[in-house]
Amino acid sequence: MVDHDDDDCERMTPSRRAVLGAAGALFAWSFVPKFAYAAAGARDPRFLLVILRGALDGLSAVPPIGDPDYAGLREGIALAKDGSEAALPLDGFFYLHPAMPNLARLYRQGQATIVHAAATGYRERSHFDGQDVLESGQPGAGRTESGWLNRLIANLPAGEGISRKGVLGVGVVPPLVVRGDAPVLGWAPPRMARAGGDLTMRLADLYGQRDPGLARALAQAIETEGLAQRRGMAGEQKGGGGPDTAEGMRRIAEGAAALVGADDGPRIAALAFEGWDTHANEGGAKGRLANLLGGLDGAFAAFEQGLGPVWKDTVVMVATEFGRTAAVNGTTGTDHGTGTVAFLVGGGVKGGRVVADWPGLKPEQLYQNRDLKPTTDIRAIAKGVVSELFGLSGPVLAEKVFPETGDLKPVQGLVV
Amino acid sequence: MAEAGGLKAGAIALQRFGLGPKPGQGEAARAQVHDRLLAEIAAGRVAQPEGVTFSGAAEIGKALYDFEDQEKREREARRVAVAAPASDTQMASAVPQGLPAGSQNQMAPAPKPANEPALPYRTYRDEVKARVDLALTAETGFGERLVMFWSNHFCIGATKSNMSRIMAGAYEREAIRPHVFGRFEDMLIAAESHPAMLDFLDNRQSVGPNSLAGKRRGRGLNENLAREIMELHTLGVSGGYAQADVTNLARIITGWTVVGREGGLGLPGSFAFNAGLHEPGVTPLLGRRYDQPGKAQGIAALTDLAHHPATARFIATKLARHFVADTPPRALVEKLALAFRQGGGDLSSVYRALVEDDAAWRAPASKIRSPQEFLVASYRALGRKPDFGQIIGPVGVMGQPFWQPSGPNGYADDNAAWASAEGLKTRVDVAAGWGRQAAGSVADPRVLTEDVLGPLLSPETKQAVARAESKPQAIALLLMSPEFQRR
Repeated sequence: MVDHDDDDCERMTPSRRAVLGAAGALFAWSFVPKFAYAAAGARDPRFLLVILRGALDGLSAVPPIGDPDYAGLREGIALAKDGSEAALPLDGFFYLHPAMPNLARLYRQGQATIVHAAATGYRERSHFDGQDVLESGQPGAGRTESGWLNRLIANLPAGEGISRKGVLGVGVVPPLVVRGDAPVLGWAPPRMARAGGDLTMRLADLYGQRDPGLARALAQAIETEGLAQRRGMAGEQKGGGGPDTAEGMRRIAEGAAALVGADDGPRIAALAFEGWDTHANEGGAKGRLANLLGGLDGAFAAFEQGLGPVWKDTVVMVATEFGRTAAVNGTTGTDHGTGTVAFLVGGGVKGGRVVADWPGLKPEQLYQNRDLKPTTDIRAIAKGVVSELFGLSGPVLAEKVFPETGDLKPVQGLVV
Repeated sequence: MAEAGGLKAGAIALQRFGLGPKPGQGEAARAQVHDRLLAEIAAGRVAQPEGVTFSGAAEIGKALYDFEDQEKREREARRVAVAAPASDTQMASAVPQGLPAGSQNQMAPAPKPANEPALPYRTYRDEVKARVDLALTAETGFGERLVMFWSNHFCIGATKSNMSRIMAGAYEREAIRPHVFGRFEDMLIAAESHPAMLDFLDNRQSVGPNSLAGKRRGRGLNENLAREIMELHTLGVSGGYAQADVTNLARIITGWTVVGREGGLGLPGSFAFNAGLHEPGVTPLLGRRYDQPGKAQGIAALTDLAHHPATARFIATKLARHFVADTPPRALVEKLALAFRQGGGDLSSVYRALVEDDAAWRAPASKIRSPQEFLVASYRALGRKPDFGQIIGPVGVMGQPFWQPSGPNGYADDNAAWASAEGLKTRVDVAAGWGRQAAGSVADPRVLTEDVLGPLLSPETKQAVARAESKPQAIALLLMSPEFQRR
């Protein structure tokens, strides 16, 4: 898919096939990097990574209704382009799940790009290894010392404000993608009364004398709490759902947006939404998956609102560990698969398009006669976005951030 | 070992293998911990929690189906009342649904007492409370720690459905506890055939495509449970199986299901093998042929998986990581795997190898206690007993509510997960609350700190507790001290 005849990956402008416009016609275009390496100092970008744990069914989130083989594979859960619960039109070939009107609006406004038939390099079907590969940025599973967002920060030029501010990992347990040597800030929607500052300072003192690991973690927590207070987030917000509910997703997105939007806040964050492992009774226009997609759609609105003036410099990337089987299984759900969708959303996105080298859905076109075949590597998308946003060089991306991906050139032209 | 390693090693071991000392028992427990651990292994059993509502899954199933039928009737009654109000119930029809007070609708049954949760949650509540009570009274707590370990290894998720919520406690009592000191294959078969697991990982819905039901109704396989059996319960993800093995194991265990409300195959809610769902024929798996009839085919496959060398290594690694270090000594893992293989999966042999290993005994206390361990160890140290709200709130905010991991891989078991910035800050909040609760019952926090930490107590922690501005703060400092947090 990617053109390899240009050795200079920093300047390369790969041609890619993409399905655009009506009836799945194939177009070719060239990406022109507008300010990829001059831009780092010119704007103050924000990057948020949303991980969907459990493997999102890309064929339901962004159904290829224009593909003649789609409906037959998905008896009981297929979406239609007409009727009272019609999917939302994108380009006449791909549609959007009707639970996502915000994303449809952002797409129309040129602030959302959908990447289809995408996956990391992982080709087995374990959730946990798949998530490790997605988050560690390593070529294979089992190497979980650090995540690629942490190494991204660590490899920004010394003295760069972004690296000093650290990377934000939302949740009581931070996602692997932010873990590592660079500073990690943590935040989770508060659910109980916070301890007094005096106790916290005494513990910081004790840990400083006795336990460097705990001292470092507590110092980072204190720093984030200070930031949250300055952003007016100190109020008690008890209750609310978990990260597998629409309410929980909204609160997490609001909190992340408030912290990342602050002048003195982190510029890079990762958060995770859960519950996407739809083995049974997945539902169509309504039902289990629809509820989750509605939650994700609400999170987009919360990001847009919460980031306010910096939304124009923001890219939110949504990715999942792999996709699900092309055909519905024996229990009106889908089992673990391979290719799926990723979303790029934000004012910094050159959007309004679906990027896909569509492989088709006939049995012989499927990966192992079973899954949507991945034709775009999510890591090439991620590399393209962060190289344009933060000005990282190709070698650093290919060796430090996503090791051993020299052959996988960053897709450029994804950012405004 | 306690003799050789001294009281300090005994103090670490009490936290590493157990749940920490209770007030006034610290010194004796530290001195005798080695012998007590071996005695627990020799006794070979863990206690069962007391005071739970239902004896087991079969009894629960009937109650659950009755509850769901009742709820359905109530919903329908409300719908009827709204759709066709008689003259004397017109007011009732204007009242929003779910308002129980003084309903004039004669069809509606008596409302539940105010604030009393529905049956599935009530049962979950009682099971959690009984489980924590047992952990608080256990002697060293080694058996209870093993229950927590295995319950997490073979985890189910209580939020998936009414059935998984109401059965979560019974699952642990029936599938895990009886086998903690027994054979791995027995625990494996008990877990995979328990209604809660068959519900959680969808196998109750899986249908052999060529079975009677498959041909008649056009239903098919759901490979969720089969995959997790190999990836998470036995071989491990790099244990040498392929997609074809997943599909074949799914075929082999078709028919392992849960009896529905009609009770056609047994007591509603209990396990049943339904031959009408089972994929017929000989099925290969990992190079072997399985030609047994019916349920025996699945039993044979699970038995072979239990004795596979990859399983021995996988279990050995997880146990060593849980008890000793995030990156456990390689020699210890080899030793435990060998004990597993030589004992044919006899778990007591593996524990004995662990407890008698010098490296396991002397490794520095590097691991931070999990939130559930922290809760139990704290209430043991304070000599107090939490009510349900005092249990479920803290473990929830710290990220480890009972039987509710976000996926079938269970809760994480390393410091990267539990010693995070936000996680630690949340612990401080929790410890501050416990300090306030316990301030009235702790006579002198300095004495308690000496008693609980013994030879582990550092001068710095001792001074921090002594200089605290209040009793609640002193208790919180004890509970958050590195010596109490790490094991």
